[in-house]
This record gives sequence, structure tokens and C-alpha cells, in this order.
Amino acid sequence: MEIDPLIFRLSIFILSIFVGYYVVWSVTPSLHTPLMSVTNAISSVIIVGAIIAGLSGNSETIFNTSSIFGFLAIALAAINIFGGFLVTQRMLAMYKKKKKDK
Amino acid sequence: MLSANLSAIFYLISGVLFILALRGLSSPETSRRGNLFGILGMIIAVTVTFMSIGNFSSGFIFVLLFILIGGSVGAFIAYRIPMTAMPELVAGFHSLVGLAAVFVAISAFLNPQAFNLGTPGNIKLGSLIEMSIGAAVGAITFSGSVIAFLKLQGIMSGSPITFKGQHPLNAIILISIIILTYLLCSTQSSNLFWILLAVSFLIGFLLIIPIGGADMPVVISMLNSYSGWAAAGIGFTLENTALIITGALVGSSGAILSYIMCKGMNRSFFNVILGGFGATEQSANSQNKEQKPVKSGNADDAAFLMKNASSVIIVPGYGMAVAQAQHALREMVDTLKKNDIKVSYAIHPVAGRMPGHMNVLLAEANVPYDEVFELEEINNDFSNADVAFVIGANDVTNPVAKTDPQSPIYGMPILDVEKCKSVLFVKRSLSPGYAGIDNDLFYKENTLMLFSDAKKMTEDITKALDQ
Repeated sequence: MEIDPLIFRLSIFILSIFVGYYVVWSVTPSLHTPLMSVTNAISSVIIVGAIIAGLSGNSETIFNTSSIFGFLAIALAAINIFGGFLVTQRMLAMYKKKKKDK
Repeated sequence: MLSANLSAIFYLISGVLFILALRGLSSPETSRRGNLFGILGMIIAVTVTFMSIGNFSSGFIFVLLFILIGGSVGAFIAYRIPMTAMPELVAGFHSLVGLAAVFVAISAFLNPQAFNLGTPGNIKLGSLIEMSIGAAVGAITFSGSVIAFLKLQGIMSGSPITFKGQHPLNAIILISIIILTYLLCSTQSSNLFWILLAVSFLIGFLLIIPIGGADMPVVISMLNSYSGWAAAGIGFTLENTALIITGALVGSSGAILSYIMCKGMNRSFFNVILGGFGATEQSANSQNKEQKPVKSGNADDAAFLMKNASSVIIVPGYGMAVAQAQHALREMVDTLKKNDIKVSYAIHPVAGRMPGHMNVLLAEANVPYDEVFELEEINNDFSNADVAFVIGANDVTNPVAKTDPQSPIYGMPILDVEKCKSVLFVKRSLSPGYAGIDNDLFYKENTLMLFSDAKKMTEDITKALDQ
């Protein structure tokens, strides 16, 4: 009997939760704010679904109800991707070590 | 056109890059490279999606257009936002992830053929369940984050909003969401789908309004977690590995942060979620408050105390963020260092309005991160320090958390400020903090209260030190 592909996806999901658990515990508490902004940015990989939805119309009707929701989702996710990564970069650039110039 | 297997491998790679992005945050040195991994992962995921669709018709231009519009808005916000507004920004971003998840779910429900999920009215059962979960969690994330944003921004009052029958109402709505999902899956009715969305928006709103301002670190972390689970739900619908991995990562990340925040307050997750904290105790306490003697001083007294100290520990709190005093504080510390005084910073896990809030503000003010310490690292040093400079913090220093089992904050880990030889407390008034309880520290023999705006006071102290 063949295994349902859903089971494979479920395995990836469960194992990723464990990976996430251990990786996040190793994040230093002083970087918890950048952690939130970067998780925000990467969860916007949902843009992948939005792109499929946006391109679901055929060449005559680019815009139908379904694809319009797709396009809106693309814009929202893009705000998050650019905003999230850039603000994280901006924050991380501020974390500096003590200058050894004494 | 990319084969399904090849694109699946690329999605896996981008998932792994996202793991490395989080891994990089284990230290500030590796964090910037980690962020680049994240960006790379995102570029791969988006490119692969285009390649696998392989349809570069006119629709493609609109996709690029919307990415451009969203991207410029996002970039503009990222460069302009002040660091003190980071909690609002993160809450706002969460709401967008939630809404995007809802939109993708709607799109998939209306046009399942595009996603290979069946035909309208005849969507594969598994996909429909995944879709409903993604949509419902996304909707909760959206409306919850909007409320959190409004509260943090001060547009909505930060105090808990409670009403009679709140908890039973929420319970009924949550149960109805489960029933609706079940009915939706058995009937495939689009009306039920819209009702499910509406009810989910409503519960997100109702869940967050009873939670007060200082509990926001837990709320933001929780919504962070929700946005991850919503993404994972959509990932299952789209059978997309990158999305499943990311959803799981973000989901567990937010959950761990909520746990850390709850532990920092010694309160259970449910206690925070049920809300109303600090609303009742405050009134009871203000009545039987007797007048106790308080020693108050000015900037010159503070400067004198610190000048004669050999080590000073700074305890920042939300008040520092409100007063935007981080730069003034760092200037004061620079002056202290010129006088060969050892200075370090002590950060309580729940200081501020989001996890790591104080650290970001201090980093913005060019405070080196190796001078900033967490509670466990520095708590033993207070007994050897000469001066503790508490700026904008209150409840997290209250010794009553150790002594009085009746107190609402009993058992909460606190910074042992009281063990210092002397304590300087910058505060606008003697009013109690968020927990609504009096701080015994105000009345201690070795405490000097500095009643002023945090920024003005630190500037004045710097001037006095320079004299």
C-alpha cells in the first residue's frame, strides 16, 4: 500500500517544529526583537501561494475574483518581506561590541 | 517550466536557508549573515514559483507590479520607523501575514483548479480542512494584531476592556468555529466559508481586547506564533515544503517567546490570555495607602552619589522607551566611564512592550551589547554594586514579589535592586506600576527618588557630572 503524500508533509512539519524549538532556544535574548521581525519576514513566503493565485486567470481574463485576492495578497506579503528583512538588517547593524580603544 | 520534483527540492533549500537565518541569531556576530540567508531563501522561493508556473503572460507583469508596490511601501516603512515604535511595527506586520493567509485561502477556495485541489464545490476534503484552518488562524492573527497595534500605538486605551460573560462568549465562538469547519467540510458551502471567516475575525478581536498594555510582550509573541501556524496551514493546502517548514519554525518561535515572557512574569499563559490583569487590584490598593516617608532628590544629588561609586548598574524599563531617553542615558554613562566608574545594564525579560525591546533601544543608542546583561547573568552583582539606576522600570524591581504571597506579582523573578548600596529611581510620580501595587523600594532608607521625566533627568545628571 502506498503512503499518502500528506504523511510526508506532516513528517516535515513535525520535524520542523522540533528544529524550530531547538534553534529558537539558542537565540540570545538580546536578539529577540530581530527574531520576531525576521520570523515575520520569512513567514511571508506565503507570497508563493499568492503568486499562484494571482496567475490563476487565463490570458483573456487576468482579473477574476480569485486572482484579485491573489494580487492583494502579493502586495501584503511584499510589504512584509521587504519591510521585515530591511528592518531586521537595520536593527542588527546597530548591535556593536565594545570598542577596544582604551 | 520547472518539474514538480525539482521545484520541491528548491523549496526545501529555501526552507533550510530560513532555518539558518534563525540559527544566525544565536549571536550578534553571525546574525547579519543569517539575515542574508533568509533573503536568499526568499529569492529562491519566489523565483522557483515563477519558473514552475512558466507562464510569463501579461498576468506576470501585474505580479511584478504588486510586488513592487508592496516592496516599496515595506522598504519605506523599514527605513523610516523609529526604533521605539518596533512593537507597533511588528504587530502591524503580523496582521499583514494573517490577512495575506486569508486572501490566499479565499483565492484557493474560489478557484481550486489553479492549485490542483479539485473544482469549486468539490474540493478535496484534506485540502478543505487545511484551507479552513489556514483561513481561520489567519483571520484571528489579523484582527488580534490590529487590536494589539491600536493598543500599542495608543489609539486604543491600553487598559484591559472586560465585560460580563466575556469568557463564556469567547468559548462559544471558539466551539462554533470548530463546528463551522466541520459543516463546511461536509457541505462545501461557500456561505459557511464566509461565516467561518467572519467569526474568526470576531474572535481575534475579542481575544485581545481584555489584555492590558504591559502584557503585550506575551500577546505579540502569541500572534507571532499564530501567523506561523496560519502559514503552515496554507502550506499544507498548497503542498509547499518551504511554507510548511517556515510555518513550523515561526509557530514554535512565537510559542517559545510567549513561554519565556510568561515565565518572566511568573504567570500562566491562560492567566495572561484571560486578561483583566491589573484592572481590579489597582482600585483596592489606592484606598488603604498610608503616607510613607520618601526621600527625593535632584540631579545634583544623583550625580554626587554616582561620582563616588565604583560600579553602577542601570535598570531600564518601558518608561525609558516612552521618554525616548536611551541616547541621553548613554551620554550619562559615557561621562560616568570617563570617571572610571564601571557601568553595566540589567534587562528584565519582560521589560518593555515586546521581547528584546530594551536591547534594541540600547543598541540604537550605541551601547555595546557586551555591557548589557540578562536577569540571571547580573542578578548576583547587585549586592556588590554601589548604585542601581532604575529608569522607567517599576514592577520588575519590586521586592514584594519575594516576600508577600498575597501580592499579584508574587513569585515573579525580579532584579535584586534592593541589594545595592543605594538606589536611584527615576520616575514621574509615586504611582504604582502596571500590576497596580505599591513598590516598597520607594520607601527604603537607601532609595533616592528622582521625580522627573526620564530624559530630562538623565540630561541634568550628565550636566551635573561634568561640573
